[in-house]
Amino acid sequence: MAQVLPAEGDLRRVIGDGESIPDNEVEGLDESDLVELYRSLVLLRTYDERSVVFHRQGRIGTYAIFWGHEAMQAGSFHALEDDDWIFPSYRESAIGLLRGMPAATVLSWWRGHPSGWWNPADYNIASICVPIATHVPHAAGLAWGKRLKGETGCSIVYFGDGATSEGAFHEGANFAAVMRAPAILFCNNNGWAISTPVAAQTRAQTLADKAVGYGIPAARVDGGDVLAVYEATRDAVVRARAGEGPSFIEAVTYRAAPHATADDPSAYIDPQLVEEARANECVARYERYLRRVDVLTDELDEQIKSDALAAMRAGIAAAEAEPTPDLGLLFEHALADPPAAWEHDLAELRRILDG
Amino acid sequence: MAERFLVEAVNDALHVEMERDAAVMVLGEDVGQAGGVFRATAGLRDRFGVNRCVDTPLAEAGILGSAVGLCMAGFRPVCEMQYDAFSYPCLDQLITHVGRYRWRTGGKMTFPLTIRMPYGGGVRAPELHDDSPETYYVHTPGIKVAIPSTPADAKGLLAAAIRDPDPVVIFEPKLVYRTARGDVPDGEHVVPLGKARLARAGFDLTLVAYGAMVPVCERAADELDASVEVLDIRSLKPLDEDALLASAAKTGRVVLVQEAPRTCGYAAELAAILAEKAILDLRGPVLRVTGYDVPYPYWSIEDAYMPSVARVVDAARRLLEF
Repeated sequence: MAQVLPAEGDLRRVIGDGESIPDNEVEGLDESDLVELYRSLVLLRTYDERSVVFHRQGRIGTYAIFWGHEAMQAGSFHALEDDDWIFPSYRESAIGLLRGMPAATVLSWWRGHPSGWWNPADYNIASICVPIATHVPHAAGLAWGKRLKGETGCSIVYFGDGATSEGAFHEGANFAAVMRAPAILFCNNNGWAISTPVAAQTRAQTLADKAVGYGIPAARVDGGDVLAVYEATRDAVVRARAGEGPSFIEAVTYRAAPHATADDPSAYIDPQLVEEARANECVARYERYLRRVDVLTDELDEQIKSDALAAMRAGIAAAEAEPTPDLGLLFEHALADPPAAWEHDLAELRRILDG
Repeated sequence: MAERFLVEAVNDALHVEMERDAAVMVLGEDVGQAGGVFRATAGLRDRFGVNRCVDTPLAEAGILGSAVGLCMAGFRPVCEMQYDAFSYPCLDQLITHVGRYRWRTGGKMTFPLTIRMPYGGGVRAPELHDDSPETYYVHTPGIKVAIPSTPADAKGLLAAAIRDPDPVVIFEPKLVYRTARGDVPDGEHVVPLGKARLARAGFDLTLVAYGAMVPVCERAADELDASVEVLDIRSLKPLDEDALLASAAKTGRVVLVQEAPRTCGYAAELAAILAEKAILDLRGPVLRVTGYDVPYPYWSIEDAYMPSVARVVDAARRLLEF
């Protein structure tokens, strides 16, 4: 019998507010780990902010902003090992940077250039999933396969609050549970699916409640608290590696930026709440924490930020230096053994275009 | 060589391919303990264990979506969709991921998964146990599709599908699961995708079909007072265009037969190819005998929906007299 555990009610929190709420700490994290977490947060933040600028400058296409989601991505990422597989949605497009993927690769993806389409096996990071929640069964299947092969790796799949309304989420969650797949279902609940608030998405009290029906243990964390996210994910990873199957994490935050560069949230969002969320955003919150515990100096902070900026400058330069792809790529990669008709189509296309 | 029913040939192929390659696993609803509602997977669980012949939750998108992840983990999953029309939930995964993932990885990762399902009508079943949904699959880039009509091809095409580096969908004509009987090679037997089968040679007219419509065409050929060729397409994508054009060039008269509804059905694609590439060989219009553009009917009148010998003969006569 699968054990049905009630979802946690309160949000887990580690970082205090420097006033009435005290700071806690996560066992097992030393000073260098804390700095690494900060480095990841800053890298993601820099990537995101520069990308919005690049979009305005016409250097990348429509871009899904993740400003304010960095703690959920960096915190969960640091609980993983390199052989664990990551299944990102478009909101986690740049999570590969944390595993050494060049910024140019991700920027190229947003430029619609083929050099942005990586080999998942090179990073153990699946392709960016554009449709909502359809990658949840992939993460379940991969993790199930790992278990069948006796490997220790697990998978983590990222999706938003709106995704929990999709059938693919439910089928994937159920598969993961039934197959005892070492998978982590990571829900970044930022309160909004474009313009639809969570209240219009579900009558469940929490999104974590949805896991209960599948016999999947669920935790709720403050998604702006990188240490709480890290700890909750580490717990889930331990369960996965111990053969106890999947876990669900609901990380709660408030979307303080547009859904994407093409979105104007002023039509639907409460500016007061946005202002509050921005004042309490995750990177500065962690920075203040690191200063309170004397881990971060001005000098180190400056170094980390300038490294991130340099990576982005090099990234956009490299992405823009990519040659225009040949149209022959239209007919490549879809099949191992392409039909003769494609060769004919390409020859005809070249004849017409070459005049 | 042994004489087998078509569904037994499917079962034989699964046994042989799972024996041959430990990465091959079967997953689907009722495929394990029960051996499949049509017994296509009978014996696999006993032979290969519960981890290689897996009873899944009742979730077609979950089955196919998990199979994508299993491919990434190094498996070659064979997914059973229990019935043609039960496969529609899996189209989400098929269209958004299965046909695109290899391309998405720049050709670096392969997704060697197989989907197999019984399809077609004439079996006196409730609604949505009778559909011919091949067009949805054929229309999806990155997907190959084959439909056998004989036991030997049912084994050989399924083996080819399982060994193929890309996703292949096999539709099995359930109407003839236990009536089509024929010699099936023992052991490994592969029928390459992309090759049609000349079921019968003739000079006056060609009947083109696949799956359960092939025997209908063969019976129609018997009734016609003419030399009739019957071309079993069997591999819809990739298509053996040369075989189609060669037959059209030879007879100059082509009747296309499909069980699926007419509009944008597979026969429409064949007709377009003939119009583009065989126009000067044709001695009359290309005719289609198909299901109608209606929901698959109440089974008490389903025989009127299905392309019958009489309808094929009628079309053939009109063309011969054109």
